[in-house]
Amino acid sequence: MSILKKNSSSTTNIGFNPSVSYLAFAVGVIIVILLPLIFTSRYTVNLIILASAVGISTLGLTVLLGYTGLVSLGHAVFYGIGAYGIALGTTRWGLNWWIALILSMAFVALIGLILGITTLKVSGHYLAVVTICVQIIFTLIATNWKAVTGGPDGISGIHRPEFIVSLSTSRNFEWFCLAVLLVAVTFVWNLKDRPLGRAMRAVRENELAAQVLGVDTLKIKVVAFILSAVFGGLGGAIYASGSLYISPDAFTFDQSVQFLAMCLTGGTESAIGSMLGAWLLYFLPEWLRQLKNIYLVVYGCIIIFVIVFIPEGLWGFVNLLYRKLAKPRPIPVSKQPLSLDIPETDIVLQVENLGKYFGGLKALDGVDFIVKRGEVHALIGPNGSGKSTLINVVSGVYSPTFGNVKFLGKEVTGMRPCAVAQMGLSRTFQNLRLFNTLTVYENVLVASQRSGGSIEEVHERAIAAIEFVGLREKVHEQCKNLPYGHQKLVELARALAGRPKLLLLDEPAAGLNQTEKQDLVELLKKLNAMGLTMVLIEHDMSLVAQISNQATVLNFGKKISEGTMEHVLQDPVVVEAYIGKKEVALGA
Amino acid sequence: MSTLSLIGQILFAGLAIGGVYTLVALGIVLIYRATNVVNFAQGDFTMLGAYVLFALSNGEKINFFVAFLLALVVMAVLGLLFELGVYYPLRNRSFLPVVIATIGASIMFQNGALAIFGPMPQKVRPVIYASGNGGITLGGVFFDYQYIVILVVTLALVLLQYLFFEYTVLGKKMQATSQDKDMARMLGIPVSIMIALTYIYSTVIGGLSGMLVAPIFFVTHKMGVMLGLKAFAATICGGFGDVRGAILGGLALGVIESFGAAFISTVYKDAFSLLLLLLFLLIRPQGIFGEKVAEKA
Repeated sequence: MSILKKNSSSTTNIGFNPSVSYLAFAVGVIIVILLPLIFTSRYTVNLIILASAVGISTLGLTVLLGYTGLVSLGHAVFYGIGAYGIALGTTRWGLNWWIALILSMAFVALIGLILGITTLKVSGHYLAVVTICVQIIFTLIATNWKAVTGGPDGISGIHRPEFIVSLSTSRNFEWFCLAVLLVAVTFVWNLKDRPLGRAMRAVRENELAAQVLGVDTLKIKVVAFILSAVFGGLGGAIYASGSLYISPDAFTFDQSVQFLAMCLTGGTESAIGSMLGAWLLYFLPEWLRQLKNIYLVVYGCIIIFVIVFIPEGLWGFVNLLYRKLAKPRPIPVSKQPLSLDIPETDIVLQVENLGKYFGGLKALDGVDFIVKRGEVHALIGPNGSGKSTLINVVSGVYSPTFGNVKFLGKEVTGMRPCAVAQMGLSRTFQNLRLFNTLTVYENVLVASQRSGGSIEEVHERAIAAIEFVGLREKVHEQCKNLPYGHQKLVELARALAGRPKLLLLDEPAAGLNQTEKQDLVELLKKLNAMGLTMVLIEHDMSLVAQISNQATVLNFGKKISEGTMEHVLQDPVVVEAYIGKKEVALGA
Repeated sequence: MSTLSLIGQILFAGLAIGGVYTLVALGIVLIYRATNVVNFAQGDFTMLGAYVLFALSNGEKINFFVAFLLALVVMAVLGLLFELGVYYPLRNRSFLPVVIATIGASIMFQNGALAIFGPMPQKVRPVIYASGNGGITLGGVFFDYQYIVILVVTLALVLLQYLFFEYTVLGKKMQATSQDKDMARMLGIPVSIMIALTYIYSTVIGGLSGMLVAPIFFVTHKMGVMLGLKAFAATICGGFGDVRGAILGGLALGVIESFGAAFISTVYKDAFSLLLLLLFLLIRPQGIFGEKVAEKA
């Protein structure tokens, strides 16, 4: 969604540099201290408390929608669970506020976990519908289960916590709420450039690519939902203690939509933006009192207006301004060149009697295929012969109908793509699958963080891979702005950064011009010389002949020939597969 | 009342309400097929239709049937405005912005109606104004005229729509557009107009279902929310994007809900269809008729 460079306050040293972030945090602290001293009217104090609650809750959507790209229209459920948890805990069950908070957070996290697991089955608008259902069911229960929730009358007499001093006075509680908000914003802001946050954004941009780079996408989505639930619940807990009274109409579908509007208006991908959006939309009806009747109409208009005209939200402007004023920091030169892991086993990949049927279509029909250490093994065959399917099955994207796959001597048949990738299998895609709005650097970091090590090592590996393909000048460019040839190279760098023991290349030269093709040949030769084993699908035979020492030919899902390149290119079966029978070709 | 006639009564009421779900669901499916947009404001078209009819027919200044037709025309205009204001600027963006924009429109419609008509529920007269109890009793089952009208209109529309898409050139053009926009464009089909027509038609049947259901429910600014959600449930259970699925899903949902309310719980009536929807989403997201589509790597 964003056209702008990403911000960062972490060790990556890109975008906002650390000193600016510390300054921003200091300004935040000052605002937190001063706000309650400047605005002292009882009414404003209450408004600020409730706005903080809404702000904290909205941050949950920043993580879920902004970072991970999952849409939730039931965020008020989390908000409501947090609120009811505190309300019931402190009034009915006589619990200490903090114990009640911990219990509610545990419960709301559980609900988040369950919703997160549904993403295994549903995504996109289906997920939106699931969250709406949960929202409506929550509202029905809150309204009708009178014995517990108090029904439409709600619960009153909710307590406020103690934190060193008693927070029962509004001003003390206001300080507490603002401080929690500041901590929450800082946390979410920092999360973005941590490995977790980066993986979330990779899932948002291209889930399949994230998977084959070793990101456990299901885990990431579940974690995103849990974090979102916890922030939502925390906001709700503070809301309940702030207003001292709750009823079901504060946690309806409308509230969920308002959270969404707040997040969008401020800027989904920015913690500060979302928080400001929440405050803006919270205070808007106060400022537009004459619009009180139709302020929700205005809400609706704002949502459409923001989506159509400023998809980055208001924070987009701040980002734009910052980009004008400050250049991103250059990344340091790598200390050592790209290093690769050499597999210990002689046979790197062994495919036995592998079959993959799509309904009646036999894309693969009992293929045997062995790749030895150090080979550049070409996988050739006419269109539709099953080459890409083979790579998809080997990398775990498809599960095979029958047969098995051994990688580095271990059975990997039917394993998830991220698990195979973790073992050291990298691949590229026939049609590019980059994380388009992430920078080149971030794209490669997602891959390099899979093989662990300290933050420095992860960055070092990424830089080395980028330097290897020669894209140093472009590190901070967003991938979608790069020319096609460069995008192909980013995919290669990304595959190399994860310490691959086997690299599967699906038509790496497709769409490249002659010079770019020759550069690619040199890179691949160099990689092979460094000991990297590769499987290469490619239609350009002159390119294949330059780098491959072994080849396997497929046709209609079956292996029809194998051996050295010279051997297979002269094999009559192969010639027939490509250009038909000799007699026919000669017109006899 | 005998058990059999009781069951007949519940079945009939369920089918009639199911007919309304079907009409709303058809609107959702048509827009989805034509533009890949899941329209979260489709339910609110029913509410708008009902309010427009209320505004036009209130006080009986104009003949009810003229008002009915006028209301359909107003809905058509609204549909065009909706297409131009919400879909068109976002036609090249991913699903999320469009979904959110339709939600924005939904909020706007609901609260616009609230601001104009107020929170008081309104009543609209049934299509057939008969003296007596407004229906006929056959074999112990009471057939409300309005329910009969709903069922007849639903069946007629489904049939007409089928004939339109299968046997008219315009229908074929709209089908071509929904299947492959680029190809359709190359064949000289005015794709934007076809899409606009789809929106207009979907809005009109949405509005129509609201006008038909208005005498049964009260007209409120929230009336479209549950209708829309249940129509979603219907489309998903039937198989998203499948017209047969929408029809079958809608009718089945109405019947299930009707029996659930009669025999299990009235308060949680709305929860049945949602639970059913959740079950379908988690166990068979492709629905009854849908086929699972694998992403090509």
